[in-house]
Amino acid sequence: MPAVLKAPLVVEFPFTRSLGPVQSAFLTGLRERVVLGVRTGDGRTLVPPVEYDPVTAEELRDLGGLVEVAPTGTVTTWAWNPEPRRGQPLGTPFAWVLVRLDGADTALLHALDAPGPETVHTGMRVRVRWAEERTGAITDLACFEPYDGDPAAPTGHTGAFEDPVTGIVAPARLDYVYSPGRAQSGYINALSGRRTVGERCPSCRKVYVPPRGACPTCGVATSEQVEVGPRGTVTTYCIVNIKAKNLDIEVPYVYAHIALDGAGLALHGRIGGIPYDQVRMGLRVEPVWTEGGRYPDHYRPTGEPDAEYDTYKELL
Amino acid sequence: MTREIAVVAFAQTDHRRTSDELSEVEMLLPVLHEVLDRTGLRTSDIGFTCSGSSDYLAGRAFSFTMALDGVGAWPPISESHVEMDGAWALYEAWTKLLTGDADTALVYAYGKSSPGSVRDVLTRQLDPYYVAPLWPDSVALAALQAQALIDAGETDEPALAAVAARSRADAGANSRAQLRGSVPHGDYLVRPLRTGDCPPIGDGAAAVILAAGERARQLCERPAWIRGIDHRIEAHSLGVRDLTDSPSTRLAAEKAGAFARPVDCAELHAPFTSQEVVLRKALRLGDEVRVNPSGGALAANPIMAAGLIRLGEAAAAIHRGESDRALAHATSGPCLQQNLVAVLEGDPR
Repeated sequence: MPAVLKAPLVVEFPFTRSLGPVQSAFLTGLRERVVLGVRTGDGRTLVPPVEYDPVTAEELRDLGGLVEVAPTGTVTTWAWNPEPRRGQPLGTPFAWVLVRLDGADTALLHALDAPGPETVHTGMRVRVRWAEERTGAITDLACFEPYDGDPAAPTGHTGAFEDPVTGIVAPARLDYVYSPGRAQSGYINALSGRRTVGERCPSCRKVYVPPRGACPTCGVATSEQVEVGPRGTVTTYCIVNIKAKNLDIEVPYVYAHIALDGAGLALHGRIGGIPYDQVRMGLRVEPVWTEGGRYPDHYRPTGEPDAEYDTYKELL
Repeated sequence: MTREIAVVAFAQTDHRRTSDELSEVEMLLPVLHEVLDRTGLRTSDIGFTCSGSSDYLAGRAFSFTMALDGVGAWPPISESHVEMDGAWALYEAWTKLLTGDADTALVYAYGKSSPGSVRDVLTRQLDPYYVAPLWPDSVALAALQAQALIDAGETDEPALAAVAARSRADAGANSRAQLRGSVPHGDYLVRPLRTGDCPPIGDGAAAVILAAGERARQLCERPAWIRGIDHRIEAHSLGVRDLTDSPSTRLAAEKAGAFARPVDCAELHAPFTSQEVVLRKALRLGDEVRVNPSGGALAANPIMAAGLIRLGEAAAAIHRGESDRALAHATSGPCLQQNLVAVLEGDPR
């Protein structure tokens, strides 16, 4: 059995998120080194503040309103993280903590910069360490640090800011090692020898190209490899008039569904070697490989007479 | 109209650290075939199909549509998908059968955690404004909960280690499990949780078939009747919750009728040892109840399928005559945020 194919796959996206009025005030406050909570109908102060009461679902902005709390507080639980991971607040070992700030009734999750687990305990006093550069994000609060002074006094901020942040951009990246599985590995391995293989359904006998390992009509596994092509028939096509980014192909060009001889369904590819306005259903084509290419660069006419409609009408 | 609905068959893969050589549908197909074989049904006999999975685990966009190849979804069938554990797909299928729209349902779930870094992947389900930008991984959040339990005097590290040891010892009788027998309790991963307190990371799939009324009796010698099933959720912000308790589990259990009579067996979806402590309390399970005879999620934790497997294991115990009234629980989210409880019973023997 050939080696399992693998390739790195990075999924990366900068999520742009708009903020509601309460989140906007909280994150703007962090930028200005002010911590805000929100008051509930029964007089509790939630930090971090939310738009709606988690118990009653009442909208909180107009009910109790925003209220400033102190940048000092008490650890309610903690966990020592000996190996920080990418994106986490500190690059050296630290404690994850839930901290109830002075004046708040709920706790905020963040990191505590402490020399070791023996220096951390539930009930210990901590204070906010602000990030030097602040943009209006939870990371403006760099982390907490141990603190043995009195509760800091709030400044009496109202929660109204001149230049509030209205959104955040949260970059996210996840790294994977992709492996395509048995059927698709067989397909890719065959392509490296300039052959196209599909798999036949043991029940309905249809040949799937590219194979995905199962027949979607019968719901059974496919396993019998079948070589198809190399020639095939254009079953339908479209004319592309918009140049794709990073793609060095002159427009207009034709992109087509091509039923390779012996295949039970069409795959798609570009048609070359013929003016775009002469491509037609039934046109017989063959693959054109380029040096080092891992799949056909495009398909070109074979010069054979066109296929009869009846021979490919089930493959449209 | 009230219909009696039962789990009539259950199947699962071997759960393994990696399954590089298989695509998701290739991993799933043998399980689908096995669960159908148990009932003699073919895919075309199934009235409703529902699945649970997450594309984020393996980083494959629309992988659940590829998985549909395995159930013969063309021409189109009546089906649905939840981006949740398969236990919630079972819940949807149960409601579908209750309406009378279908008499049988196929429910499946799969998870391939091996291609990615699951601790990081799971951070993407958290509050995107205040929490996700800090990338707190799943073990870290569970460790905060474990420390809260220790501070409250509800457990200690030796008691947690005992939960791990019992689970893996029981998994010795479960050939499908990933971690079986004696497993070193290991170093701190995120203190107070050691590697032994955490679930194995792996790939796997599971499937069950539900059937209503007489159809269930035709398909299974001793159907596992769903006497009640309910799910509840808690606030998303960890800092407003009491992490030492699980009111959502308790409420779901109450609504599912779990407290009406004692159960003899419970399959709890507790990926971390400390979470079993919380669940036992919320569900009022005494020492006379067998908890996780399969080994539970500490022995095999294919994410998105591990909750459905709890329902399947509980049902299979009834099918085999080893249980008469079993409780099954599934969870989702950090620190037991969302919880589903079902009560299953066999006919009197």
